[in-house]
Amino acid sequence: MEITAAQALVKCLEKEQVEVIFGYPGGAILDVYDALYHSPIRHVLVRHEQGAVHAADGYARATGKVGVCMATSGPGATNLVTGIANAYMDSIPLVVFTGQVPTSQVGTDAFQEVDITGITIPVTKHNYLVKDAVQLPRIIKNAFHIAATGRPGPVLIDLPRDVAQTRIKFDYPDSVNLRGYKPTYRGHPNKIAEAARLIGSAARPVIYAGGGILNSKASRELLTLAETINAPVTNTFMGLSSFPGDHPLFLGMLGLHGTRAANLAVTNCDLLIALGARFDDRVTGKLAEFAPNATVVHVDIDPAEIGKNVQVHVPIVGDVKQVLRELLSRLEKKQDTSWLEQIEAWKKQYPLVYRRGEGELKPQYVIEKLNEINGGNAVVVTDVGQHQMWVAQYYRFKRPGSLISSGGLGTMGFGLPAAVGAQIGLPGELVILVTGDGSIQMTMQELGTAMEQELPLKIIILNNHVLGMVRQLQQVYCDSRYMAVEFKFHPDFETLARAYGIKSYTLRTEKEVDQLLPEALGSPGPVLVNCLVCAAENVNPIVIAGKAISEAVDC
Amino acid sequence: MRHTLAVLVENNPGVLARVAGLFSRRGFNIDSLAVGRTESPDVSRMTIVVEGDERVLEQVNKQLHKLVDVIKINDITADEYVDRELVLIKVNADPAQRGEVMQIADVFRARIVDLGRKTVTLECTGNDGKINAFEESLRPYGIKELVRTGKIAMLRGTKYTGLQENGD
Ligand SMILES: Cc1cc2nc3c(=O)[nH]c(=O)nc-3n(C[C@H](O)[C@H](O)[C@H](O)COP(=O)(O)OP(=O)(O)OC[C@H]3O[C@@H](n4cnc5c(N)ncnc54)[C@H](O)[C@@H]3O)c2cc1C
Ligand SMILES: Cc1ncc(C[n+]2csc(CCOP(=O)(O)OP(=O)(O)O)c2C)c(N)n1
Ligand SMILES: [Mg+2]
Repeated sequence: MEITAAQALVKCLEKEQVEVIFGYPGGAILDVYDALYHSPIRHVLVRHEQGAVHAADGYARATGKVGVCMATSGPGATNLVTGIANAYMDSIPLVVFTGQVPTSQVGTDAFQEVDITGITIPVTKHNYLVKDAVQLPRIIKNAFHIAATGRPGPVLIDLPRDVAQTRIKFDYPDSVNLRGYKPTYRGHPNKIAEAARLIGSAARPVIYAGGGILNSKASRELLTLAETINAPVTNTFMGLSSFPGDHPLFLGMLGLHGTRAANLAVTNCDLLIALGARFDDRVTGKLAEFAPNATVVHVDIDPAEIGKNVQVHVPIVGDVKQVLRELLSRLEKKQDTSWLEQIEAWKKQYPLVYRRGEGELKPQYVIEKLNEINGGNAVVVTDVGQHQMWVAQYYRFKRPGSLISSGGLGTMGFGLPAAVGAQIGLPGELVILVTGDGSIQMTMQELGTAMEQELPLKIIILNNHVLGMVRQLQQVYCDSRYMAVEFKFHPDFETLARAYGIKSYTLRTEKEVDQLLPEALGSPGPVLVNCLVCAAENVNPIVIAGKAISEAVDC
Repeated sequence: MRHTLAVLVENNPGVLARVAGLFSRRGFNIDSLAVGRTESPDVSRMTIVVEGDERVLEQVNKQLHKLVDVIKINDITADEYVDRELVLIKVNADPAQRGEVMQIADVFRARIVDLGRKTVTLECTGNDGKINAFEESLRPYGIKELVRTGKIAMLRGTKYTGLQENGD
């Protein structure tokens, strides 16, 4: 029996066991929506295409599945670009569909035509413009494979309207054969043996674990490694939640806003074990002084990350979970050393601190309370800014994958739609969005989506009436000349919440936080908590641009 | 240092844009890039001459490999290979100078492919060095137009950089 390519598309998604699509319709993708009419797949109608792609991203991070979103041609497609770039930077698997003008009009500046495959080459793992309807099932099969395997990432499929309408015989391939795409999963045994030898003889090892641990679901192996060799563990921002935040071997986050203990440990270590981390500039600071005395072992599934920024002595290309399993089989238990005493001393000497009780509510206090109330067990989604860094510093994650945040692109506006996607992926879980007064206003139209989908999101706005992170940059780098960072007008967030039928609270003091935050988090439906916090607060410590991470200061 | 890469790619639309975009986006310097079909109709071969130290070349290699459409990359710089480039040069040559120009052409085994009233158009193939020397010899006469194909290259002997595994 012949069906249209649009119907085939929907069948392919069913075969891939896609449960939910985040999208927004339009003319060029009409046929696909028509085909969805008869499908059991849930479609979540967002309020802006950026919301669709961030929601698919949040869903993917929360569930470990491939996120799927779709939009129409032209403006629908361009509205997706930020979210695609966001997923690309953080290695999140997405399959993104866009409608396109009919093939005969492609290249003619037709109404709502935009070269979306051209635009997204630099921000997708791969993309396709479908010219032959018969190829569509294979392309979709490939797209899911490419998105989810190796180093995950977004794949875009652009489907011209006439192609979508073409009738084809449906046949979904059950295997993939891409001769130019063969990720390596097993690390080289010789290299793993070498790593084991180095670990055996290291006096001051540090484990530097990144987002790759979460991609690979290797948290258990990470924990076993740390406890076997008694080495301290630091996480990148993207790696947070991969190691228990309250574990005695945990150093906290490293880098720009990392703990001094983590940064000192890395600076003084003799062996740096980098696991699924990409030596980002936020992490390394001045490169020449990053782990200057260390032998570096780097495990990464993407060979291009190895040796990109930092010279690596033992490169291991492979899936970090598999590599760790092999490595563990070659390791012997190592005992506590004077190195751990030194680490302990640094942790005692340099705890994260902020000053309380200055008559204003401190944002860090709110995060500490959040952590206390649910014991680090919630799924925390953040936006981008100071509030994001305070979550990184003060929330003690207990469950792998329970931090959902935009690390690589730092996309303000990611938070709310990502929380929508996360809550849809994890319907029974407590999903808390920690956002800023700036960030929430970039995508707050998705409150409509959240309500329509009846999501019990807990939205915490750390409202400092300022673009706090930029204010801090201006304080440090522009001699406190504050330019375009203060909001002189804000909507009344309580009224806004009421407009959407969301219960709301405004909290101004520690006492109010103590009294009302547990109630807010405990209520069954959606809640918006507007926390009026101190505007002058900075994220400390901070590594000034061009400095070594060991030279962090407070400002 | 200059490296010569033989890159086999899927013969898909857009593959050139992906490769060229990668080079410009990541700040790699392309000296030349020549692309065309190979013995298999669905595979194209790019010969890319790229400038950079070991670290840069390692990144070029690895980043190219990440492109799904890139099948195989061979850095043949250190191998024995033949390389050729073709140039077309239109040079000033009024009847009085034609004799000299033709003598130069002779030395370089170039061919005259067109004659105008005041110009001669020459075709010459060879490696980089020869083409450069040819160009320099003609410069004094006034080059009106010049176009080079970019270099293509192939390993010597029985070794090859094709899709099949090497026999030796
Ligand atoms: C305002 C702001 C401030 C920030 N400050 C900091 C800071 O102080 N400290 C900090 O750390 N970050 C900070 N970041 C985040 C930073 O920008 C980067 O996103 C982050 O450091 C990257 O983390 P990562 O190295 O773990 O890499 P990711 O981006 O998570 O990349 C994952 C790595 O793992 C590899 N990988 C993927 N899957 C596997 C697998 N199965 N097996 C093996 N390897 C795999 C990938 O190839 C990649 O190399 C900040 C971001 C913002 C927005
Ligand atoms: C889309 C986008 N635009 C601009 C920026 C630059 N930027 C980074 S943090 C920040 C301020 C965020 O303000 P807010 O959400 O109120 O958080 P706060 O820092 O005050 O906690 C800005 C403007 C960005 N990261 N993303
Ligand atoms: Mg703010």
